[in-house]
Amino acid sequence: MRDRYLPLLATVAVFVLVFAVGAVMFKHFLSTNVVGDLLTDNAFIIIAAIGETFAILSGGIDLSVGSMIGFVGVVMAHLDTLGWHPLASGAMLIAFGIAFGAFQGIVIDFCEIQPFIITLAGMFLLRGSCFLVSLESVPVKHPFVSDFSDWHIDLGGGGRLSSSAMVMLVVLAAGVIIAHFTRFGTNVYAIGGDPASAKLMGVPIRRTTVTIYALAGFYSALGGVVYALYTGSGYPLAGLGDELIAIAAVVLGGTLLTGGVGLVFGTLFGGLIQGLITTLVNFQGTLTSEGATIIIGVLLFVFIVAQRTIMTTFMTRRAI
Amino acid sequence: MDHADNPQALAPSRWSLGELTSRTWLWPVVALGLILLVDAVVSPGFFSIRIVQGRLFGSLIDVLYRGTPGALVALGMAVVIGTKGIDLSVGAVVAIVGAVMCNLIHRDMSPFTVLVLTLGAGVLCGMWNGFLVAFLDIQPIITTLILMIAGRGVALLIDSGLIVTFRSDFFSAISTGQFLTVPSRIIVCAGTFLALWLVLRRTALGLFVESVGANSAAADLAGINAKLVKMGAYMLSGLCSGIAGMLICGDIRGSDSNNAGLFMELDAILAVVIGGGSLAGGRFYLGLTIIGVLVIQGLTTSILVSPLPWQFTMVVKGVVVLIVLLLQSRRLRESIVGLFLRRKS
Repeated sequence: MRDRYLPLLATVAVFVLVFAVGAVMFKHFLSTNVVGDLLTDNAFIIIAAIGETFAILSGGIDLSVGSMIGFVGVVMAHLDTLGWHPLASGAMLIAFGIAFGAFQGIVIDFCEIQPFIITLAGMFLLRGSCFLVSLESVPVKHPFVSDFSDWHIDLGGGGRLSSSAMVMLVVLAAGVIIAHFTRFGTNVYAIGGDPASAKLMGVPIRRTTVTIYALAGFYSALGGVVYALYTGSGYPLAGLGDELIAIAAVVLGGTLLTGGVGLVFGTLFGGLIQGLITTLVNFQGTLTSEGATIIIGVLLFVFIVAQRTIMTTFMTRRAI
Repeated sequence: MDHADNPQALAPSRWSLGELTSRTWLWPVVALGLILLVDAVVSPGFFSIRIVQGRLFGSLIDVLYRGTPGALVALGMAVVIGTKGIDLSVGAVVAIVGAVMCNLIHRDMSPFTVLVLTLGAGVLCGMWNGFLVAFLDIQPIITTLILMIAGRGVALLIDSGLIVTFRSDFFSAISTGQFLTVPSRIIVCAGTFLALWLVLRRTALGLFVESVGANSAAADLAGINAKLVKMGAYMLSGLCSGIAGMLICGDIRGSDSNNAGLFMELDAILAVVIGGGSLAGGRFYLGLTIIGVLVIQGLTTSILVSPLPWQFTMVVKGVVVLIVLLLQSRRLRESIVGLFLRRKS
């Protein structure tokens, strides 16, 4: 079953290719500095995208990711002014994220409403709640924030593996273990492959669905905490549109939106490719942000078509 | 299976509570009625309509006026959702169309040529989506996500990253003018609605759309060209977004590629779903979609005229949408009714 790793290989190949292009074009591109920054700057979105991967693997989707990042940040900043330690408020908000995700999961399963619609409503709720907490950017002044950004591991050559990146890599490993080495992970794939037959095989649909969205809530809330610590502030518009970047990261990572096919590890590279394109545009200097969005759009398109072709050949080969 | 799909359940044999609550039109209409009722209490002048400078004026007209671009987009969205698709790119199409229109106006073309080319740009965007969905068999959500992400970039490229402004009596008149005291954009929207209704509901086309949405393969076997129907639906959505983009640009007399139509897709999808459309495809309601738009726009306007600060808009919108969605869920309704019955016995 090497076929399962084909999309991941393609993703890694594209990543290496884009990186090589950068290394050829710019003198200082090929350095641990760029790698360290890439991992740090995209840590929060990749964390959120890991949760999104579970939702998409099960054939669903979670659109509340971006708003959750904004909401967590704003509330953390607000609690900071009340004297809370960022770790305490962060832990509380992660618990909130899990509860909110679980609620979405219950509604999806019990009321038989499409995940797209429920999480869309969730997105409105959370974004609206951001505005209720604060309308401006609020700094998180606790000394822990600067401590957090100071902690790092030297990569050699001036590059640093920041604490944000470390958190991301740890929860990525956790995500890979959950997806591929637990019964719950197998159930997610089963539901994504075919919900009806999964049910007939005795997969606990309700428990699994609730857990999936709780997990997505956990990851997006954690992404929000990392983002707030990384920027040292809470901003009600933070994470606007990030659900789409997260979904794009999952798709670029080789996971099929139809569910049931994909690897959590691929999401890391899906997120990194998008970050890499932005970095390239920054290095280049004359290209503007619209250049980056068009390139990402084209890349998405190429990827989907390629995946489609791989899948079709795979299917026909299996049929024979 | 929904009651609405079952002709026997649809026949008004008896008007029991269970029968009544399963009607598709009930919850959106009740929601709209409640919102208007709250408005009547909160702001006494809400329903007064008067004529100022030869133009109808009042909060109700305001709801309709502000709701038109969203309504146009939602109508196209309803048809796409009817084919079991989704169109996330409508906001980006609005931006592209606006950029095209503003730049064409600067080339001294006749308004009619600009109009045709502008709407053509919208249809072209829809054609791209439709081609990918129907012929390359790529999922609608990802197809339109591509245009959603890249489309705004394209619009910015056309505008060279600037906000291009224009002066055009023709396009300003379409967007902000009036005809026989009625704001002209409401007439544009009503005309589009009527045309869509005639084309889709007075011919078999609407049924084609629904059969493709319910089961594309079966529809194909039954002799419906499913690919063409899907393609047509996305082109229609592109056209509707194009008209909406024209109105939005005419309103601000310029094209703001970064902000034009931002998050319009979300409101449009919500409007369709509030109006009884199902993302699982197979049914769409044009009239109820308009009701859905009015629910969302009515909410926004009511909060603006109420003493609540504007920050509450999104939260209230989210809560109301959630409640309408939950009420529409047959399973939840049945278990609530079941709970009541058990308590009675």
